[in-house]
Amino acid sequence: MEMAGTKSRLTWAVNLAVGFLVLLWIIPTFGLLVSSFRDRDAISTSGWWTALSASERNVIVRADAPDNAAPDGAGWVLSGSVFEGGSGNVTAFGIASRAPEAFAPGEVATHPKGHQITVEANGDYRIAYSEQPSGSRGQRLFVRAETPPGFTLDNYREVLFAEGMGKALLNTLTVTIPATIIPILVAAFAAYALAWMEMPGRALLIAGIVGLLVVPLQVAFIPLLKLHNNIGIGKGYIGIWLAHTGFGLPLAVFLLRNYMAGLPGEIIESARVDGASDFAIFRKIILPLSFPALASFAIFQFLWVWNDLLVAKVFLGTGEDQVVMTGRIVDLLGSRGGDWEILAASAFVSIAVPIAVFFSLQRYLVRGLLAGSVKGG
Amino acid sequence: MDQLLFAVSTIIVGVFGCVAYFYFSNILLDRIYPASGPNAGANINKSTAIRPWLFVLPALLVLTMYLVYPVVSTFFLSMRDTRGAFIGVDNYTWLAGDEKFRESLGNNLLWLVIVPAASTFFGLVAAGLTDRIKWGSIAQSLIFMPMAISFVGASVIWKFIYDYRGENQGEQIGLLNAIVEAMGGTAQTWITLPFWNNIFLMVILIWIQTGFAMVILSAALKGISEETIEAAYLDGATALQIFFKIKIPQIWGTIAVVWTTITVTVLKVFDIVFAMTNGQWGSQVLANLMYDWMFRGSPDFGRGSAIVMVIMLLVTPVMIWNISNAHKENR
Repeated sequence: MEMAGTKSRLTWAVNLAVGFLVLLWIIPTFGLLVSSFRDRDAISTSGWWTALSASERNVIVRADAPDNAAPDGAGWVLSGSVFEGGSGNVTAFGIASRAPEAFAPGEVATHPKGHQITVEANGDYRIAYSEQPSGSRGQRLFVRAETPPGFTLDNYREVLFAEGMGKALLNTLTVTIPATIIPILVAAFAAYALAWMEMPGRALLIAGIVGLLVVPLQVAFIPLLKLHNNIGIGKGYIGIWLAHTGFGLPLAVFLLRNYMAGLPGEIIESARVDGASDFAIFRKIILPLSFPALASFAIFQFLWVWNDLLVAKVFLGTGEDQVVMTGRIVDLLGSRGGDWEILAASAFVSIAVPIAVFFSLQRYLVRGLLAGSVKGG
Repeated sequence: MDQLLFAVSTIIVGVFGCVAYFYFSNILLDRIYPASGPNAGANINKSTAIRPWLFVLPALLVLTMYLVYPVVSTFFLSMRDTRGAFIGVDNYTWLAGDEKFRESLGNNLLWLVIVPAASTFFGLVAAGLTDRIKWGSIAQSLIFMPMAISFVGASVIWKFIYDYRGENQGEQIGLLNAIVEAMGGTAQTWITLPFWNNIFLMVILIWIQTGFAMVILSAALKGISEETIEAAYLDGATALQIFFKIKIPQIWGTIAVVWTTITVTVLKVFDIVFAMTNGQWGSQVLANLMYDWMFRGSPDFGRGSAIVMVIMLLVTPVMIWNISNAHKENR
């Protein structure tokens, strides 16, 4: 018998190890998510992890010019805020660079020249003079301030409306929807024939499709670009729909055939005996029963087309009306590598849709993966 | 909006076109060889012989045009120069001597060894561990999630990790350098570090592929018969011994499948290198080199095609292995 103590210690270790692994795997994406909500300055001056907690920093501000002091009772007073429109929490202040944190908020600091300075915790300062002061250079204030984590939606607003990512999103949708739906139908009929109809050379066709599964897409670029130019399609949506259909078909036929071949033969046989035509059997029996496999493939193809960069770069033009999201992000990476806020928000827009699909339809995705690789291929 | 309308109408035309083709071609076949009348028997035989081909025809046409023809065509293109003249194997001999090509091939081989090995290893570890705990399925889907992210998106994500700030550029905003500095090390420009930058690019793909390996291996682990595990347990084997000596040997086949599937992905890796370094600083790979030759100022389709044929050649063993496996399954 195993001792209870060692068992629970082992469980602990396993939990801890999995926790560590999960953390390691989600931190990168989480970093991008956080970054995409930070403003430009924050992104380029501090790591995203600092945005999660209030950050303390030392700032030096210049108070208003003494010329602007207003009479107040017996003396003259200057007032304002060290945060100038922002907000924060002052934890200490000072009036000389030698002792920048000499006073607690609310305390009164007396300047060697006689005027008295106070900075409140909310950032309001007040400088009191006994005689009318003059000069255009304001008093320097050293402030240690705690600023709350600041998040903004501006990046997304800019990305979607000003940077053309909205248009790119539309282009991506334009590519993805037909390129996902059209191959399914073509593949389903072929898969049925390969699974349930007697034909010479069937085994050879199946072997051929398994072989085509791994053909590198790069093979197709030059010949097909030439072909598209020759038949007048050129670079454009029709070309990329056809290309994605072609590239997705081997997996579609393979997945669907495997699934359909596993359906109970008695149903199909008895329908045949009852005089149903193959077309009717396909439409009324096979298609509804194959829904899980159809869904698996649809998710695969959707993710693949949505995330694709290479095929889009080859088969689509470079104009505003054809550049997809991945292409635009790569351009941003190259030409404007410093615009982190734009980059982060753009990337998150482009990965949000696949992630949503992933989490809502994960079941089918897993099933498809298992069918696609454990069996045979 | 016009554009979406265009897309939607394409779907409608495409879907209806497909359905109409299948429907009417079947009806036509029934008209030509009616299953009644004087020759009913012979007609039925004929139409049963033809009908499957009606079903597979569209798929075959598209596959032939978009995959089979290009393989053949690329092969012939690889033996032509920029003006289209036949030059035999000159492009290949040029490749053999080209520095960039050797670098790419070397890097690709490195990717080929490290990425499948690491992804399978981490996938196996994750599968083995998550199977034992309550929140295992949540953990699995979080590790699996990068699979849904595009290579380009992943590159941006990892840019926030590898970023480097020089001495006078303020604090590090890249996670890796911040950690290195916090532990007392010196920050590095990871992406331009010769040789090691390859590894840092590979990490991105490993991060993506581990989830895939985990999901499949986890299913295989669940499929192992309880009896063997129980027997080992009763004989006093520890959890680790059971995992390595009982479970792993039973899923070798699945491990091989995962390994080869990732291998094929690795051979075609393009986006990550294109987005992160574009092949600079000694990180070039074949797929990106090919893209370079295809779209540079003066494209050379011959040389580009020759590079593709090298990728094709590297994929071929996997292809043959897959076909023979599928053949065994279907027997």
